Amino acid sequence: MPTAFPLPSDLSPATVSNTASLLRIVALSLISGAAIASRLFAVINFESIIHEFDPWFNYRATRVLAAKGFYEFWNWFDPTAWYPLGRVVGGTVYPGLMATSGVIYSFLHALNLPVDIRNICVMLAPGFSALTAWATYMFTKEMKDESAGLLAAAFIGIVPGYISRSVAGSYDNEAIAIFLLMFTFYCWIKALKLGSALFGTLAAVFYFYMVAAWGGYVFITNMIPLHGLVLILMGRYTSRLYVAYSSWYVIGTLSSMQVPFVGFQPVSTSEHMAALGVFGLLQIVAFTQLVRSHVSSKQFQDLLFVFAVTTGILGGVAFVGLTYTGSIAPWTGRFYSLWDTGYAKKHIPIIASVSEHQPTAWPSFFMDLQFLIFLFPAGVILCFHQLRDEHVFVIIYAVMASYFAGVMVRLMLTLTPVVCVASAVAFSSLLDTYVDAAEPEHAEESSEAAAPSASKKAKKAAAQAAAPDTGSTLTDIAAAATPTKKGEKPKTKAIYGLDTRLAIIMNAFGMLAFFVFHCTWATSNAYSSPSVVLASTNADGSQHIIDDFREAYYWLRQNTPETAVVMSWWDYGYQIAGMADRPTLVDNNTWNNTHIATVGKAMSSSEEVAYPILRKHDVDYVLVIFGGLLGYSGDDINKFLWMVRIAQGVWPEEIQEPNYFTPQGEYRVDDMASPAMKNSLMYKMSYYRFSELFGGGAATDRVRNQQVPKVGPTLDYLDEAYTTENWIVRIYEVRKEDLLGRDLKSANAFALGKKRKRSKPVSRRRAIV
Amino acid sequence: MPPKPAPATPVSTSAVQTLWRAYNDNTSDRLKFVDSFLVFLMLSGVIQFAYCVLVTTFPYNAFLSGFSSTVGQFVLTASLRSQVNPENKNEFKDVSPERAFADFALGSIVLHFFVFNFLG
Repeated sequence: MPTAFPLPSDLSPATVSNTASLLRIVALSLISGAAIASRLFAVINFESIIHEFDPWFNYRATRVLAAKGFYEFWNWFDPTAWYPLGRVVGGTVYPGLMATSGVIYSFLHALNLPVDIRNICVMLAPGFSALTAWATYMFTKEMKDESAGLLAAAFIGIVPGYISRSVAGSYDNEAIAIFLLMFTFYCWIKALKLGSALFGTLAAVFYFYMVAAWGGYVFITNMIPLHGLVLILMGRYTSRLYVAYSSWYVIGTLSSMQVPFVGFQPVSTSEHMAALGVFGLLQIVAFTQLVRSHVSSKQFQDLLFVFAVTTGILGGVAFVGLTYTGSIAPWTGRFYSLWDTGYAKKHIPIIASVSEHQPTAWPSFFMDLQFLIFLFPAGVILCFHQLRDEHVFVIIYAVMASYFAGVMVRLMLTLTPVVCVASAVAFSSLLDTYVDAAEPEHAEESSEAAAPSASKKAKKAAAQAAAPDTGSTLTDIAAAATPTKKGEKPKTKAIYGLDTRLAIIMNAFGMLAFFVFHCTWATSNAYSSPSVVLASTNADGSQHIIDDFREAYYWLRQNTPETAVVMSWWDYGYQIAGMADRPTLVDNNTWNNTHIATVGKAMSSSEEVAYPILRKHDVDYVLVIFGGLLGYSGDDINKFLWMVRIAQGVWPEEIQEPNYFTPQGEYRVDDMASPAMKNSLMYKMSYYRFSELFGGGAATDRVRNQQVPKVGPTLDYLDEAYTTENWIVRIYEVRKEDLLGRDLKSANAFALGKKRKRSKPVSRRRAIV
Repeated sequence: MPPKPAPATPVSTSAVQTLWRAYNDNTSDRLKFVDSFLVFLMLSGVIQFAYCVLVTTFPYNAFLSGFSSTVGQFVLTASLRSQVNPENKNEFKDVSPERAFADFALGSIVLHFFVFNFLG
């Protein structure tokens, strides 16, 4: 057989396979290294610090776990959160992440490696990303082959869509959850392929780990049953499916109920009922199959059919009935918000207020996935070509995850693995076709036809030309695209010559190279900011660190009594608890909407209304984030409308959103701001003495690009306690009631008035006397 | 698996009898032994469920763990049965009967670990 380039012929197959497996191991370890290394930008550019908001709680909980042991952690009641309610942490947390760090911590200390718990928390996500790459390799290997697996591992290792949630310091549930997701899916595919209860059990155990780690486990809970159901409907029921699904479902469901936060949900909420339904259906189908194997009379099959349909209908009716009577909880609001993107804004503003729950903007698909996003459909089509049971899984996963990623930015994370898998399948099919050296015998006749078109339009050639003897799926596409006429000798389509191959392969490698550049750029610029520490550039190009958050939290820690209650918007609750170690009213757990609405009401009403609320909740300090001086756009004035909306949800008579807009419907903070806006506690605290900073000049808010009034707001019920270097964090102390029983406003006026009015009334009085 | 009482229609009696006869003739003793265990598990599950519906669900976790132990053991045993059934040899190329039993044992141990943990 002629080849396009010389191949060594004196190698034994054993040598080839040994070398290949050695290369695979080397490649996988390099991929793991790259995955870990590219996540270290955050540590190198800033420092080894916990990022953002939720990770601070996880870190705090992990410290408790490491210091006091697992039982203390399990029974931990935190009186400082949600003051005065407190929070049962052990029962309202997914403990998988903390337990993982705790195990690593104990293990390292058992080896006499005294590693600080913070460093374990910071490095956990990069470490697990290496495991994710490996799990993706295993998963993709089941779809196509090892080379596709390696490509998928490389893709998931550096793709920004996954890095965004797993840089060093981003100590969140997702850090370990994506590994668990991929590995559970791998075990499921393996169990289905082999019909092995071992892999079914493994899938269940990793499912349990996933349930303990992340609320997104519901995705697995519905993906696997959906796959099973589709297979049954496609007439692909096998005993292997029965073995795999039954062993996974029974053990997985029972184990998921061990997590206190999940509790009895797997048998009582609608989200989990699909899995139960498919389980029941499988039992019926299996029973039917068994009976059919013993008897094959027509009459009996009819009977079975009736039996199966009746049972199915009865099951459906029972489900609806139980939902109505209340034994099964109906779908939750979070679930509805996945289907109706406007639902959350109307009914649960607290969910809609989180920026990562917004619908995804189109550019972020390219930002997060780069060229994978257009290889992805090609990979899905290639899955359709083979359509074994596991390819059905990838197709369903692709469809579901694409939809969810479009609805919520945060769910981009679940789309990323399947995009990597599908693109790797497509990409490695392309490479398989073009790297393969084999050429058909009669190269002379058709080489003129194939070669020029390929060199002109490489992409077109990739779709149309294909080597017939590679057994690749591109052959099928080519065959489908150019149907051969009857009677005529089928014309062989193939790739001839080195130039064709080089054109395509260079192109492909060019795409890969750009991908690597893009990933590095996106990671270092967009996804590595801790958001606790901000960075800006000096005039000479050097980096300037803005450390206002830690400055303020440290001030609280050093200058206030340990019992001082701090009120802030819920975004900062975990950070205050983690860094300042002070009780907070609300935090990022957001379990109690009314409590949050109370804080929202206090922030958005006038001082006179807010003061009793503050006093009733024992608030000593109020903390606001203000970016107007620096141009930090994530500040409280920009979040203010959400506070108003959430408060309005509970007190519609007292707080109305339209009051905070100008009559023209604009959101302004300058002279034209509405009275409700100007009197609100939030506005006053943000702009208190702000104009003095400009020494009589025009005081400009750099976030909203508006000039604030020259005469700033006055505060009667609060005292400014601390303002950080760049004014990002401002802390106010709540005044105690006046000693003489006056309300603070008149007391204040009296204190001020005494100085100003002393001369005139006194003289008048003298005149009278 | 023994025949479930199918919906009572006139045709069913003879059909069930045919089925019973075919089952008795075609099934090896080993599988019949497994089937008898399955029947036992099913009866145990039915009794527990009846107790839960008729009397009380009070220690709900205890009921759930007991019931899942029977259901789980049932499906694991049914899996074992289909894996060792000579008729299914083509489907389970990689699972020998010994391997199937090892899988069954491991699955049962994991299952009962969680059952025990959940009993409360």
